Amino acid sequence: MIVGDLSPVDIRQRLEGPGLRITLGPLVAEIWSTSRLVQSAVEAVYAGHPISDSGEFADFHVAVRSTGGIRRWLKPLVEFGFDGAPPVQPLPAGQAFPLLEWGLNWCVASHCHQYLMIHAAVVERAGRALVLPAPPGSGKSTLCAALVARGWRLLSDEMTLIDVDRGDVIPLPRPISLKNRSIDIIGRFWPDAIMSAVVHDTIKGSIAHVRPPLASVDRSTERAVPGWIVLPRYKPDVATKLEPLSKGAAFMQVLANAFNYSMHGRRGFEVLADFVDASESFEFSYGGDLEAAIDAFDTLARPL
Amino acid sequence: MPSPPADLLAETLGDVSAVGSDRYPHWEELVRRAREANLLGTLAWRLEARGLLDEVPEAPRRHLVGASVESKAQQRAVRREVREIARALRPLGSSVVLLKGAAYLLAQLPPAGGRLLSDIDILVPKSKLPEAESLLMQSGFVTTHHHPDDQRYYRKWMHELPPMQHVKRLTVLDVHHAIVPETARAHPDSALLLDAAIPLADPPGFAVLAPTDMVVHCATHLFHDEEFRHAPRDLVDFDALVRHFGVDDAFWTALLSRADELELGRMLHYALRWSSRIHRTPIPVEVLEAAAGFAPAFPVRPLMDSLLGPALRPTSARAATRWARRALYVRGHWLKMPPHLLAWHLASKALRHDEE
Repeated sequence: MIVGDLSPVDIRQRLEGPGLRITLGPLVAEIWSTSRLVQSAVEAVYAGHPISDSGEFADFHVAVRSTGGIRRWLKPLVEFGFDGAPPVQPLPAGQAFPLLEWGLNWCVASHCHQYLMIHAAVVERAGRALVLPAPPGSGKSTLCAALVARGWRLLSDEMTLIDVDRGDVIPLPRPISLKNRSIDIIGRFWPDAIMSAVVHDTIKGSIAHVRPPLASVDRSTERAVPGWIVLPRYKPDVATKLEPLSKGAAFMQVLANAFNYSMHGRRGFEVLADFVDASESFEFSYGGDLEAAIDAFDTLARPL
Repeated sequence: MPSPPADLLAETLGDVSAVGSDRYPHWEELVRRAREANLLGTLAWRLEARGLLDEVPEAPRRHLVGASVESKAQQRAVRREVREIARALRPLGSSVVLLKGAAYLLAQLPPAGGRLLSDIDILVPKSKLPEAESLLMQSGFVTTHHHPDDQRYYRKWMHELPPMQHVKRLTVLDVHHAIVPETARAHPDSALLLDAAIPLADPPGFAVLAPTDMVVHCATHLFHDEEFRHAPRDLVDFDALVRHFGVDDAFWTALLSRADELELGRMLHYALRWSSRIHRTPIPVEVLEAAAGFAPAFPVRPLMDSLLGPALRPTSARAATRWARRALYVRGHWLKMPPHLLAWHLASKALRHDEE
């Protein structure tokens, strides 16, 4: 059963009652919230995700709930609940859904050290992973959404999980987070995209989430082997250009975004080095022409 | 599915052989409670030590493996960091005592196994505090609290400098000159602790507290802390230390009189009582009875019992735990400072809230 099989009332009753258990790639999250904003966003962007039955092990139990107290009448806030210390500052009630998404990112980033994690978007074609490691503002999520719109399979828009023993990529398909101008850009580029309501004035500006295609969610147990590492550089009005990048430079870039690699010690170094070695690496400059960008990436994936 | 026992985590840590089978029904609850108490790494380590980790079903095993990776990395980092701190403090010329997690790790004591560490705590003589602070600043540690009120609060009333953080390595270091705040009702003499400390071979110049003092400090940290969030983990440390040192009869003879000498007998009483209740720590009956001499009188005694039970059994979902911890939070502040100071402290913090 998937979330979309439930009626909005069922979704609300689960979220407010025992918790809604959603399968996210290798993980199960039990989500609890009385926020209507969380309920409608879950309905919109998690519709394709499988519901885990209550007998199955849930990895994370999270809540987005009102902070209570007298402040709620002046300025309602919501907080992220998790076993132990609440890691994220309370936010205005209107940001309840982004808070859930950031909270889930935090759960993965802070508690999944069995994987080697790279802060990078990752999509797949022909069984090979295309990794886009990049700092915020480089257009990683926009590119990721555009690639997914044109048939690349979404593995993750935020976190590339590498199996330390096997060296392949484990999919964790979740809604794609878009910021500010990207929301309209993707809205025009991918008119069929289903998005959550735009939330304004967050610390990252305006935020909306895109529902991942059913094909990506359905295949979330299929891993991908290393394929391409592409470092996107967005600069307004720059011509689209895909240039080879040396393994060494690519490795340093991946390393800068591999936030738990030092935890794995020497093994972490070796796994990452092997990953980069098995991938072709490129630098990609683009000025916002997404059609040209997709063409360039499609050429990469075309068999020689 | 049977509902999990109240002491699920303690019972499992005490005897990990119970969980090895696929039929074990409480994995989800066990992982939650262990994570909440910051004991997932310890649980993983105890399973690993008995060769049982591979028998854990895959979904919970991933969390145990993750915590194990994290604790091993933290322990490597703390070892490296302690060496850096030792190098920075070498000109101090007197020995520096490691406390809590870093002490267990460097002295290779049982609580270290799989333990997650957040910061490093050291104890130096109060007369050496300014010099220690400036040496640490020269090596890259800076203060973390920049508000003048916070600086004043720590320097005037607390038993430690405001926490310091290394600008590059980001490690957090607490430099103490006593094991309880200046304002607290008990005044354990730090000179006694420093004199009895046991030097470490590595790093040279560093020491750890003597066994009795280490156990008393662990109890004090547990019951003197206003945030009871770490209490279940501290009690696991206490249990492991007592089991380790308790094989020596001389330890038991010295323990109570030392606690009395340090004015911390009541803290030791609570820790012994609750460790034996929750972890079934083997403690000689006569020691338990003698320690009861430090217990508070009626009506505080039954009140504390009714609060400590829920506070020490980590279950975030239970309202009893939250309420007990809230009540103990007030008690923690009560122990820490006299009422007029407490009123000032809370009022100035509340007013400052609006500035942020």
